[in-house]
Amino acid sequence: MKKLLFNLGGLLLLALCLYGADRFAGDYYLRVLTQVAIFITLAVSYNLVVGISGQLHLGPNAFITIGAYTATLLTLTPAEKDLIFLMKPLVWPLSQVSLPFVWSLLAGGLVAAGFGFLTGFPVFRVRGDYLAIVTLGFGEVVRVLANNLQGLTNGSLGLKGLAPYTTIWWAWGLAVVTVVVVQALKNSGYGRALAAIRQDETAARAMGINTFQHLLLAYVLSAFFFGLGGGLLAHLITTISPNLFTFFLTFNLLIIIVVGGLGSTTGAVLSAFLFTVAGEWLRFVEEPQVVLGLPIPGIPGMRQVIFSLALLLVIIFFRRGLLGRREFSWGDTVRVFRRIFPARLPSSDLR
Amino acid sequence: MILLETQQLGVKFGGLLALDNFNLALPTGSLYGLIGPNGAGKTTVFNLLSGFLHPSHGDMVFAGQDLQKLPPYARTLLGVARTFQNIRLFEDLSVMDNVLVGFHCRRRTAWWDGVLRLPDYRREEKEQRLRAWALLEEVDLRDAAQERAGQLPYGHQRRLEIARALATQPRLLLLDEPAAGLNPQETLELMDFLREIRARHALTLLIIEHNLRLVMNLCEHLTVLDHGLTIAAGPPPEMQKHPQVIKAYLGK
Repeated sequence: MKKLLFNLGGLLLLALCLYGADRFAGDYYLRVLTQVAIFITLAVSYNLVVGISGQLHLGPNAFITIGAYTATLLTLTPAEKDLIFLMKPLVWPLSQVSLPFVWSLLAGGLVAAGFGFLTGFPVFRVRGDYLAIVTLGFGEVVRVLANNLQGLTNGSLGLKGLAPYTTIWWAWGLAVVTVVVVQALKNSGYGRALAAIRQDETAARAMGINTFQHLLLAYVLSAFFFGLGGGLLAHLITTISPNLFTFFLTFNLLIIIVVGGLGSTTGAVLSAFLFTVAGEWLRFVEEPQVVLGLPIPGIPGMRQVIFSLALLLVIIFFRRGLLGRREFSWGDTVRVFRRIFPARLPSSDLR
Repeated sequence: MILLETQQLGVKFGGLLALDNFNLALPTGSLYGLIGPNGAGKTTVFNLLSGFLHPSHGDMVFAGQDLQKLPPYARTLLGVARTFQNIRLFEDLSVMDNVLVGFHCRRRTAWWDGVLRLPDYRREEKEQRLRAWALLEEVDLRDAAQERAGQLPYGHQRRLEIARALATQPRLLLLDEPAAGLNPQETLELMDFLREIRARHALTLLIIEHNLRLVMNLCEHLTVLDHGLTIAAGPPPEMQKHPQVIKAYLGK
């Protein structure tokens, strides 16, 4: 009961902060905040498959792509599509369809989940490194298809001029839903079964668990959230093209969840936040500046170098990620608070 | 009534005949033993019965059902549970969670019931938890419920593995060397324990063991394997005097 109250209180606080940001913060900060939320969604659902279920899934970029393109192709008006599809017109019926954002987004999630279901059958015939390669392969296939199916995705030209439907409320709303769903699953009997599968799949099978079904569940559920996240991402950046969704995106997500701690949802949230904010903050090293009187030229790519160094340090000192497998609970928050502000009541001295 | 029957069961690994012509008729409620030197094929029999290995020839019938096409999880659902020679617990999970995972296969609610915490799911969870506590009480691990399974002493881990297997509500329990690593006192306790659970859970037991004292005193019937072949089968007193059994265990 206490936990529920704390959770609701936390949500209220979040809503207040978002409202404050929406009204008073500049466009740039709002954008970063929105991006943080999208990455939280992506990271938390990725963690479901990799951290909690223990499968090295290297294809989330495929589902993000599918979600992004599906949502985009549905929100664009026929007139806009006419303009964008220069080389080859968009296939029917997509060329005539235009749906409100909420349905397009949902469709993006469902189509991605559908592909997740179909690919789940070949993917889960293998395990370990082979599963990694199969999912990686699928990620590449989707990207290549997006690049070549001129009549569907407009190929390398991409889709431009999307309406910026993604607000801070959409992004954080989805992030909260994702966290709630993934945590609820993790703490349920099915989550326990997934943890067991991660530990020892043979023993799990011997205990009557249909491991294929359970892994497929995690895989399809994560694909759904990837699709939704992709749709939101598309309508934040307002331009999408195939080279936006390369393996690099998967790689970034992998870094986020490893640094946060594989299997920890709160770790993924924290790490997604740090990753996105740090990524933006470190932009300054690519501008020329004056440090202690010495002019230092801006070196493009310096951001990545410093980022990688920071990552290295985190992993050296926090071998299992910032939070390991643990979750940061409300109890921990209270404990941290007490450390900073220790209670000094007369009664406690009587001990 | 015969609960489990195998007919001419055998498996080949390339040129090696790991098991051949294995015949067993396990009556319901019985406590049978499977013995033989290392490498004789005993665990192979368990792997075949539990579905982790496909036979090259022969049949396996459990409670009138042909086991051949069924994957391991389906066999457990039918009522065939096993433990492993090298303990395979879920080490990072708590003792309680290990047992709860055993109960999971008997769930009737779906994953969304779990996510939404619907009343049916809650009721099921509560019931499974109560039964888990009862099982832990039976194996005397109640106090260790929240400990990480990997941190338990060896003897406790063995008991936990049995409790977890019992959680799947089996009819047949295959125990692979349950007394391995136990001292004489613990072995005696194990013998009493096995008799108790057989009665309390209406089980049929098939045990692989090296500890001849345990096997001779506990089992109603023994099958002796050597190099994949059955060299003798019958009640323990007969096996003790059987020349080939003596030769296999003690050498010439």
